[in-house]
Amino acid sequence: MAALLVILPVLAVVLLNLAGRKIANALALPVAGILCAAEAACAALAPAEFWSQAPSFLASLDLTGLLATAFSVDSLSRVMYLSIALVGLSSAFVARYNRSNEEREFRFANLLLLILASMNGIVLVRDLFALYVFLEITAVATLVLIVVERGRTAFEGAFKYMVLGAVATSLILLGLGLLFIVVGSTSFDAVATALASTKVNPLTLVALALFLSGLAIKGGMVPFHGYLPDAYSSAPSQVSVLLAGVVTKASGVYTLIRLVSAVFGNSARIQPVLLVIAAASIVIGALTALTQKDMKRMLAYSSISQVGYIVLGLAAGNKVGLAGAVLHLFNHSIFKTCLFVNTAAVEKEAGTCDMDQLGGISAKMPVTGTTSVIAFLSTAGVPPLSGFWSKLLIIVGVWQAGHPVFAAIGVLASVITLGYFLSMQRRVFFGKLAESCAGLKEANAWCLVPALLLAAITLALGVSMPWLFNTFLLPLERIL
Amino acid sequence: MNASYWIDHFRLIACETGVLFAIGLYCVMVTPNLIRVLIGLELVTKSVTLLLGLAGAVTGHMGTAEAFIITLIVLEVVAIAVAAGLVIGIFKQHGEANVSVLTDLKG
Amino acid sequence: MITHSNEILVGLLILVGFWTVQTSILRAAMGLALTSVLTTLILFQMSMPLAAVFELSVCAGLITVVFVSIISMTRPQNAEEEEQSAARRSRRYQPALLVAALVGLGLWAAGNAVQGMTPSTVTENVRDVLWNLRRLDLVGQIIIMFVGVFGVVVLFKDRLKEETGR
Repeated sequence: MAALLVILPVLAVVLLNLAGRKIANALALPVAGILCAAEAACAALAPAEFWSQAPSFLASLDLTGLLATAFSVDSLSRVMYLSIALVGLSSAFVARYNRSNEEREFRFANLLLLILASMNGIVLVRDLFALYVFLEITAVATLVLIVVERGRTAFEGAFKYMVLGAVATSLILLGLGLLFIVVGSTSFDAVATALASTKVNPLTLVALALFLSGLAIKGGMVPFHGYLPDAYSSAPSQVSVLLAGVVTKASGVYTLIRLVSAVFGNSARIQPVLLVIAAASIVIGALTALTQKDMKRMLAYSSISQVGYIVLGLAAGNKVGLAGAVLHLFNHSIFKTCLFVNTAAVEKEAGTCDMDQLGGISAKMPVTGTTSVIAFLSTAGVPPLSGFWSKLLIIVGVWQAGHPVFAAIGVLASVITLGYFLSMQRRVFFGKLAESCAGLKEANAWCLVPALLLAAITLALGVSMPWLFNTFLLPLERIL
Repeated sequence: MNASYWIDHFRLIACETGVLFAIGLYCVMVTPNLIRVLIGLELVTKSVTLLLGLAGAVTGHMGTAEAFIITLIVLEVVAIAVAAGLVIGIFKQHGEANVSVLTDLKG
Repeated sequence: MITHSNEILVGLLILVGFWTVQTSILRAAMGLALTSVLTTLILFQMSMPLAAVFELSVCAGLITVVFVSIISMTRPQNAEEEEQSAARRSRRYQPALLVAALVGLGLWAAGNAVQGMTPSTVTENVRDVLWNLRRLDLVGQIIIMFVGVFGVVVLFKDRLKEETGR
């Protein structure tokens, strides 16, 4: 059943392109939205057996190799599927809001379906080479998505993304090749058992170093983060939503968590490296965000900082830290997407993302202003929103693991995060109404629905966390 | 050539992979011409192809390695086609396929 | 078979690689095709004929065509610009020799990391592996072909309208 997550979107693309032009154009985006919503519902609600069974009506076709139960679904996968689905849904809404013409929307919808399939694939696979396949598909699809509206700077951002993405892919493949030499197979289980045995082959260390460098580039961690703000800010809003919310997270951070916990072993050798990368990302991301004038670039640097928090939780090496990391991964996709949706509204209504030119928008766009306040408070880790809980778990985890300095860095950076977001809020939403913004009106429903949904989720999750704590923490133990 | 031959001569291809990777990466970092960047990336891809082939030859899993290489080639050709399209897009926009025109995004 | 054929192929490959990065752009595309041919031969030596043929037809064929097309679509330089950039270029790539030599010597000195390995004796047929064991990879290939189609449409289709006026 889980394999359907990859197959259904592709099937939808095939059908959409076989259908007549008018029907296809009208149906494309709604179909994408519906598939995302269905995936979200299944990820959140369906029990584990639903995922591992093959659907009976397909049993007669000889597709068993594809729909086999080898694709197990654990809590981490479900969290990821839920994130992917919610962000995809928001992106579809923003695409309709930002619609320039029918053809472009049709292309976007098809690409959204394809990237949905490939990101589900990244989460689905239990084999290193299959992981590479879906990482590559996601990377190429992202490139096309960045230029789908042929914006002024889109080609530049896409080219930089392409070069670093290609280098990252090559590093991952080199690591994969070396691991294949040592282990003889690329499946997660085989590599995990081979690496867990005590003899350490120097080839293995080289392979791991190459692999981790590739993943660090894909996740936008310092010092490989340079291409990220360019890509986020030059892409059209619906694509920035996708990029920030899920693509970098699924390709880089989720893969890191999955591989380090399940395959490479979260050993004492890897942790110091992760700690340093995490701390650097947190600090540099936060400090650079303070200096940005463009809303999207500021949000991009903030993303780099939040990814640092996630890696910090992973580097702690204990249950609490990992739980915090996974929760923060989910939270980030929710609140960052909400912020990008708000940015889409501001960009379309006010015509610019430059914070120097904006001011006092909240009077004209109350819903956008309110949801953005909720989202940024969650990012800064203010209780009782969900961001507070995930940051708390991460910092407690790091403290318990015996790295008080890093825990302190996490706390201090939260203060800086609060700082730059307060500054953004004050400049853009509150304060005096800028002259150029006098004629603004609130964004229409297409943009407000996802913003409200995401803000509601972060609020509800945060408020109900004390009750959900145990149901969340226990399933994650099985990953470690 | 069976697996034991390649095990004895492992260093040959492994070093060559490293050298080709280094040449390609150097080309990517140093050149101002965008098309040459793509050529550098292609060289890097070739080095990885050879490493995968070597991995198959050395472990005896030649069928699996062949399958990897075939899939790799298909994926990379689409990637290069899209990248080439990007370069042409930059050229049409700025009149030059050179790194010096990629200056709009800063900070 | 020629003795030391692999050593010759590898040596040629590195030389052609050098030549490719520092020669003029059109010759670089030819050089890339040549590296593909040499890679094909090495893959043949490794008893991987299917992969070798793929490499030859796709990389030496298709990708070279793609490169030559984009080179011809972007403005070519005239003769004197060509000379100036050629001089700058050879200076720029001189360190490449040093870098490559260091990398090569370093790796060689690291020694033979797989001595004493016992290879698996299971005979695998690539067609079998690809179709039965790695079917998800095939699905991946199908997906990326769709992505490629949309990529080409997005990148090239509107341009005709833009160039010929609204």
